[in-house]
Amino acid sequence: MRTAAIPLAVFLLTLVTVPLQADARSDAKKQVEFGITVAQRGLWREAIYRWERAAQIDPSYAPAHNNLAIAYEHEGDLAKARTAYERALELEPGNALIKQNYELFREINDRTTRQGTQ
Amino acid sequence: MIARPVKALSSLVAVLLAAACTNSFEIPIETPILPKLDVGAFQRVLVAGFIAGGTEDVDGNLETTRLLRSQLRTKSQLRVIDSDVLPLVDVAAEGRDSGGAATAPPPIKEEKDLEAYEHVFANVEYWKKIGEEYQQPLIVTGTVMFTPLQRNSIVQREQEVYDSFGRRRVVPVRTYMERKGFSLDGRFIFIDGRSGATLHSESFGEQILYNANQTTPALSSYFELMDRLIPTFLSTLSSQKIKGTRILLQ
Repeated sequence: MRTAAIPLAVFLLTLVTVPLQADARSDAKKQVEFGITVAQRGLWREAIYRWERAAQIDPSYAPAHNNLAIAYEHEGDLAKARTAYERALELEPGNALIKQNYELFREINDRTTRQGTQ
Repeated sequence: MIARPVKALSSLVAVLLAAACTNSFEIPIETPILPKLDVGAFQRVLVAGFIAGGTEDVDGNLETTRLLRSQLRTKSQLRVIDSDVLPLVDVAAEGRDSGGAATAPPPIKEEKDLEAYEHVFANVEYWKKIGEEYQQPLIVTGTVMFTPLQRNSIVQREQEVYDSFGRRRVVPVRTYMERKGFSLDGRFIFIDGRSGATLHSESFGEQILYNANQTTPALSSYFELMDRLIPTFLSTLSSQKIKGTRILLQ
């Protein structure tokens, strides 16, 4: 009786958590979409706010971290940009677009680091 | 030989495939890069002069001072002081004489000849005095070596050939080539006009080579090489923006 109850509990738990996760992803996506719209109009501060919200709502959503990294780069906060790119790549290591963004970022970052140490 | 283009092509295909599968948007960005030196304490800049050597066709001291002053006038917020260019070679030689060494320093033909003069940059009292004279500006000085170069090497070039049927082909041909040019090496030194202390120094080195039969005046080669160095020089004193594009993901 008790052994039959365990799979049932797991099944019920899955039924509850999957829609919750889906909701989180859907909310995060909405924030990311809005962030893109405002970034395209040059409103980078608002975009950062939206993408930070998205990353809070669904920390496993790689596009939120990728976009945040780009926005931090645009604002000149290279340390935060690096952390956000690395998080995005951790979540989606095979994503060629994130990799490309990160490579371009590193080119600039390495140059400034080299200049700073001379 | 073909590994690099194949790798580049495959990464391009990967990026295109990823772009096709994801909602992505290319966006232009401008990354601000802070200046290497905080010049907030200074309102004025004095490009004092340089210890220059190498070819006698170009007066490295005069030309470098003039060029940097004109660049700073248009591209920096600091007020550029107009003054006579300091003859730093003579200043350095005097400094040596007063120290007891009677021998005149050697003419500056090679980079190692500069060593006999470099002590002038560490003369805090001298720079402090210059600073007082010009109301304590940021002082820019350093060394400039503009020397002729000659390189003989095997280079690959393309050559047209026609076969027995008159068909044209382009084939790579390796030929021995004599090339001449110039190198521009040295150091920019930034000195605090209030204390005479060195705030920052930055080494540079650029080369340019032409075919031996091409005649290029030394002065135009000098300006071509300085053109490459100016952005680095300016980035020490003022912030810059690096333009690029990135991909936003949805």
